[in-house]
Amino acid sequence: MLENEALNTDNAPLRNIYRFGENAEIALSTHDLHVFYGDNEALSEGDLEFERYKITSLIGASGSGKSTFLRSLNRMNDNVATVKGQIMYRGIDINSKEVDVYEMRRHIGMVFQRPNPFAKSIKDNITFALKQRGMRDKNKLEEIVETSLKQAALWDQVKDDLGKSALALSGGQQQRLVIARAIAMKPDILLLDEPASALDPISTSQIEDTLLELKEKYTIVIVTHNMQQAARISDYTAFFHMGKAIEYDETRKIFTRPKVKLTNDYISGNFG
Amino acid sequence: MRRLFDEELADLDASFTEMGMLVSETIGKSVVAFVNHDRETALEIINSDEQINQREVAIEKKTFEMIALYQPVTIDLREIVTVLKAVSELERMGDHARDVAEATIRVKGTKRSASIEETIATMGEQTRQMVKDILGVYVNDDAQGASVIAANNLSVGQLSHQVRLDVITNIEKDSELATSGTDYLIVAGHLKRIADYVTNIAEWIVYKRTGKIVDLNPGNSSSFV
Amino acid sequence: MADSILTTENVRLYYGDKEALHGFDLDFPEKGITALIGPSGSGKSTYIRAINRMHDLTEGVTVTGNFMFKGNNIYAPTTDTVELRKQIGMVFQQPNPFPFSIYDNVAFGLRIAGKTKKVELDEIVEKSLKQAAIWDEVKDVLHKSALSLSGGQQQRVSIARTLAVSPDILLLDEPTSALDPVSSHKIEETLMNIRNDYTIIIVTHNMSQASRISDRTAFFMDGNLIEVSPTTQLFTDPKEKQTQDYITGRFG
Repeated sequence: MLENEALNTDNAPLRNIYRFGENAEIALSTHDLHVFYGDNEALSEGDLEFERYKITSLIGASGSGKSTFLRSLNRMNDNVATVKGQIMYRGIDINSKEVDVYEMRRHIGMVFQRPNPFAKSIKDNITFALKQRGMRDKNKLEEIVETSLKQAALWDQVKDDLGKSALALSGGQQQRLVIARAIAMKPDILLLDEPASALDPISTSQIEDTLLELKEKYTIVIVTHNMQQAARISDYTAFFHMGKAIEYDETRKIFTRPKVKLTNDYISGNFG
Repeated sequence: MRRLFDEELADLDASFTEMGMLVSETIGKSVVAFVNHDRETALEIINSDEQINQREVAIEKKTFEMIALYQPVTIDLREIVTVLKAVSELERMGDHARDVAEATIRVKGTKRSASIEETIATMGEQTRQMVKDILGVYVNDDAQGASVIAANNLSVGQLSHQVRLDVITNIEKDSELATSGTDYLIVAGHLKRIADYVTNIAEWIVYKRTGKIVDLNPGNSSSFV
Repeated sequence: MADSILTTENVRLYYGDKEALHGFDLDFPEKGITALIGPSGSGKSTYIRAINRMHDLTEGVTVTGNFMFKGNNIYAPTTDTVELRKQIGMVFQQPNPFPFSIYDNVAFGLRIAGKTKKVELDEIVEKSLKQAAIWDEVKDVLHKSALSLSGGQQQRVSIARTLAVSPDILLLDEPTSALDPVSSHKIEETLMNIRNDYTIIIVTHNMSQASRISDRTAFFMDGNLIEVSPTTQLFTDPKEKQTQDYITGRFG
């Protein structure tokens, strides 16, 4: 274990949470966020800001609160937990009652661990929600299918076979289809909950490449168990431990000289 | 997931080569200043050594980050390790160039020997050329070229030996040459060291290319002069 | 290899007419950890399942080649597969404890084998749970349901259950891919603890895991064994370019 005076052990969150400068464009921020499952507080003190067009990773052990935090960001916890505190998006607290949750999720989309394409054709997977929202213009729909698949780096592999069932695709392709489906709604922010953990290294690498392409246009927040993945692709990393964001900083700082001993121990594999 | 890593590796290579060029230029200038008794250029070299040191620190920091973020293996690891090792050799070369510059300031005003200074000039030119060549070999990943350049070390060693013999003969004939003679020995020693470091870099290039750690300078004396 | 506990030669496996493993040889020395790495569909999981005849139950799968375990032909008609799987145990990706107590999970195979003396069972259960590095966490709750444990704990109980019947070879098929890093780390520690007592063959997608824990690494691709080398060599100076491309992330 590292003996380093620079590492502090008091875990005082405020000192170790990165604050963006005046000029940074903040896409989403949380204030005094608390999540309760019944009486059980699963998350406290998750005050984080997410910079626009950057990839931010949330890392930590199972039960550390990182997924709970992520799911709160587009109110996936509404029916399972009580979420207190503010989640500010474009000056609006999306956690307030007046917000139309479905409309909000169009802006803040979520991709889950297991690829979950609909049992429909590749094309219908992408157009389904658009049609539901009343879009009928065939040319427009086709255009969106193409651009979404291109952005998700899947177009070249499926363009001749858009009528094929999505379920016939490989796991990695399915996951990229799900990403294409999410970005067809033109969200601002993409939340990803361990999007590559069910995939092999090659598919994982393709998803990572896709995310690096996507950050040109989207703000990305990703929960990952794979610390190497966080190190490889993200600009910022937040380390969660027992329901708190313990440390949040530029990824290269987190992985070369973290400030908090717990972070250091976690990323270097000195667990418990 | 190669893209970011490859970009950063290319940047690392570029910074290393740039630093190498700066060092090679400084070595060349330090020898020219010495034989031209050019105190001003010597001072300039002494003052610019900090720049070389800063570059070394920046490159080292970058390699640490790349190892922490990407956990490279095999060829990628060897490339980063090569930069990390070779950059220290470059930094030391810079220190020796600065020492030559310091000798330039010391020796000014004492009685000198044109013929020895000519030998030193030749030695300096050969050394500078070795540094330049090794950078080319590094860029081209040319293990064989690296071995060829390392072999030039022999010639620099012979010239250094020549300087030593000439200095002894000169001092025996004329004791007034003792002051400058001492500095000639020191400067020849610094140049010989620089050539030794080139050999070390050559060994790392071979490692990068083949994964084998070799000794390209077997049996050659690494004594100062 | 004279000191191999398991030798496999000209391994081929067919799904119907389609050949999925294309005829390679691979031997395992006694004790130590061999990691099998490679992309999905490379054949590594298919291969270890062939070692203890897990494909027997799948319609249409044919395995050919020589599989010799301690001098006996694994695929001989006389081989008792239940006995074989006791000696060559397998741990799967998803922890799969039985819905019994922790104790009964570990004792299960022993009871099947006719061991019923409590003293003897107690002793083996304790020893196995210790080997699997979970004893301290469960010793006071041995009669709690194994399903109440965390995923990582369940996986270590699965390992203890496999070890209880004293196998020679332990096969693990991505045992940590469903676990978080803390639990994965504990499984790795468990394997390091027992590496001198068992021959361990582990399939993993996690290349740093392979490099951390294994003595030898075998790289599979498209149903072929591309390279098997000491792990330190494979990760510093692999023999084959395909291996190098894969482990440095230069995919296709």
